[in-house]
Amino acid sequence: MPAPDTQRFVCEAVQGGRIEAAAAQAGSTGAGPLLEVSGLCVEFPTRHGTLRAVRDVSFDIGEGEILGVVGESGAGKSLTGAAVIGLIDAPGRIASGAIRLAGRRIDNLPYEAMRAIRGREIGAIFQDPLTSLNPLYTIGAQLVETIATHLPLSPAQAKARAIELLDEVGISAAARRFDHYPHQFSGGMRQRVVIALALAARPRLVIADEPTTALDVSIQAQIIELLKRLCREHGAAVMLITHDMGVIAETAHRVAVMYAGRIVEIGPVADVIHRPSHPYTLGLMGSIPSIAADRDRLAQIDGVMPRLDAIPDGCAFHPRCNRAIDRCTRDRPELEAVGGTRAACWLAQG
Amino acid sequence: MGPLLTLTDVARSFDVSPPWLDRVLERKPRAVLKAVDGVSLAIAAGETLGLVGESGCGKSTVARLIVGLYTPTRGTIEFDGAVLAGDEAVDSAKQRLARRGMQMIFQDPYASLNPRWRVADVIAEPIAAHAPETSKRELASRAAALLAQVGLARVDGSKYPHQFSGGQRQRISIARALSTSPRFLVCDEPTSALDVSVQAQVLNLMRELQHRLGLTYLFISHNLAVIHHIADRVGVMYLGRIVELAPTKRLYASPRHPYTKMLLAAVPDLAMTGHQRTAVAGEVPNPLDPPPGCAFHPRCPYANERCRREAPALEALVDGAAVACHAVEEDRI
Repeated sequence: MPAPDTQRFVCEAVQGGRIEAAAAQAGSTGAGPLLEVSGLCVEFPTRHGTLRAVRDVSFDIGEGEILGVVGESGAGKSLTGAAVIGLIDAPGRIASGAIRLAGRRIDNLPYEAMRAIRGREIGAIFQDPLTSLNPLYTIGAQLVETIATHLPLSPAQAKARAIELLDEVGISAAARRFDHYPHQFSGGMRQRVVIALALAARPRLVIADEPTTALDVSIQAQIIELLKRLCREHGAAVMLITHDMGVIAETAHRVAVMYAGRIVEIGPVADVIHRPSHPYTLGLMGSIPSIAADRDRLAQIDGVMPRLDAIPDGCAFHPRCNRAIDRCTRDRPELEAVGGTRAACWLAQG
Repeated sequence: MGPLLTLTDVARSFDVSPPWLDRVLERKPRAVLKAVDGVSLAIAAGETLGLVGESGCGKSTVARLIVGLYTPTRGTIEFDGAVLAGDEAVDSAKQRLARRGMQMIFQDPYASLNPRWRVADVIAEPIAAHAPETSKRELASRAAALLAQVGLARVDGSKYPHQFSGGQRQRISIARALSTSPRFLVCDEPTSALDVSVQAQVLNLMRELQHRLGLTYLFISHNLAVIHHIADRVGVMYLGRIVELAPTKRLYASPRHPYTKMLLAAVPDLAMTGHQRTAVAGEVPNPLDPPPGCAFHPRCPYANERCRREAPALEALVDGAAVACHAVEEDRI
C-alpha cells in the first residue's frame, strides 16, 4: 500500500472554523474531527482493467455531526461508507488514502483489529432491515450477542441493556418483544431493531446507508426523528448516505455531493441546497419535485452518469454540463471554497 | 362530455387462506384480503389523476383492475363508453376496441422488458397483437417513429434492453405503451426505480407527450412530491379505500383528512432545511385484520366512538373535493 497522501489533506481556515463549530455543537472542546478521510481511492481489478469507483475522496466528520452523502446510483457513496467500516469485499480494495478515527489510522488494520472496532467504535445501519437481521435468531439473542461481544457485561446485564435499548428506539413492550423473531416485526420496527443493534455498544460513529429508503413516508419520518434524537443524546457522529435530498435537508448539518466517484461539492446543508455552486448540484436540486414549489417543468440534466470504465477526462461532469468551457474537458478541478461551500468546478472558481 | 374512465364502487378481495389441510387440522380460519374495498372515481379526458398511499394501500391493485389484469369482485369499470368490468360487461367488439385505447407503464423497467427481444420488437408487439394484418415494414417504421417520440434513436431499435440504462428503458416502456395510440395510460410508479435526475427526464417527457398527444394519465406513486408535480387531481388511499380526493393545489394547501395531513407533514422536503417534523405515531394496520369503522381511527387524533363503529363514506365538499371522515363531516376539524 502506498504511503498516505498527507499533502492532500490541507486543513483550510474555512474548514477549521467549521470543525470548531461542530465540536462546540457536540458540547466538546478543541480536538480534531472524529473521522478524517483523506485521498481515499477504492478500486476493483477486473479482467478488462482496474475500475476506480471512489477517486480521491477527502472529508471529515466532527463529534455529534451528521454529514449527509448524496449522489445517484453508482456515484460511490455506499462504497465510501463501506471503506470507512472496512467492509470492501475482495477483490475490491482501498488503493490509497487514509481513514482516521479520532486520530488513529483504521484503514490498514488487520482483520481482527478492525472487527473489534466495527460495532464497538463504528456502528452500521443498512437499507434493508430484513437482510440485516438473522431470521433464525430472536432479536433479543442478536442484541445480546452484539452487546456481549463488545462490552464486559454478564448475560443478565446484557439482557437488561438489550431491553433498555429496544425501549430507547421506541419498541413498546420491549421485554416481551425481546423473544420475537425478525419476521414478527413490521418493516419500520425491524429498522428500529437494526438501529438498536448499531447503537448497542455506544459507537462514536454511525454509518447509515439508505436507512429509510425501504420504508413508507410516515415510518421514514419516525426513523429520521429517532436517528436525530439518538445522536443528539449519545453525541455520536453520523455519516448519512442517501439519494433522498429531502431526508438530508431535514437531518444533516453538512452535505457532500458525489458524482462519478468524487465529491463535487461539500458544505453546510442550507448552502448546498439553496445556493449550490457546482452545476451538477444545481441540476440535481432542480430535478427534485418539491411540494413547496409549482413548476411546469423540472430542471433536467441530460444524459446519464458515465460508466466507471469510461469516465471522461477533465471534469467528469463536463459532457452533461451546459456551461462547460474548454478547460473543463482538459483539467480536473479540485475542491475550492466558493460562496458558502467548497466545489470542484472551474466555472464556480472563476 | 362525460368522464373517460369511471370506477363505481370497485372492490377486489384475494383469498389468502392457509392450505386446506391446515384449516382442517389446526382449525385455521379462512382469510380474505380486501385489497380494494369500494373505490369510486372518474377521470376526465386530458387530465392526470394521481393516486398516493403507503405500501399495501391498494393503489397498484386499482391500476391492475383498470387495465383488466384482475377482475373486480364487485363494482363497475367503464371506459370510453364501454363497460369493461361489472355485471353489464360483455366481451364484445366494442369492449375490445375500447381496451386498445388504454395501456400500462410498470414500475420496474428491468423486469417489464423481455431481455431476449430487440427493442423494436418489444415496441411493435402491441401493434401486432391488436392489428395482426400490419406488415413487417409498417411495424418497423412505426417502431422507429415511436422511438423518436420518446427521445431515442432509430438504431436503438436493434439493440437489446440490457444495453440501456434504467431511464432509457423506461422510455422504451413508454414507447411500447404508446404503440397502439392509446388515449389513456395507467402509470404504476413509473419513476420509483430511477435516480432523481433521470426521474426528472421521464416526468418531463410524460408531460410533453400529454400535451402533444392529449393523453389522460392515472399516475400512481408513493412519492407525494412527484404526484404534486404531475397530477391535476389527487386521490389519497388508505387500506383499500380513497380517503380524500381533491384538486392538487387544494389538497396540498389545505388537506382535510387527518391521514392526508399526517402524510404531508411527514414528507421530507428541500424547502424544510432543519425543519422539526412532527413524527407520526403508529403504523398501517394489518390489511387481513383491518380495524372496524374507519380504518384510520387507531392512528387518528380526532377519532371518537362513531369512527370506531362506522366506516365513513367519501362525501363531496363544496370546494370540489371529497373526504371520507366523520370528523370533517361533523365539523370537528
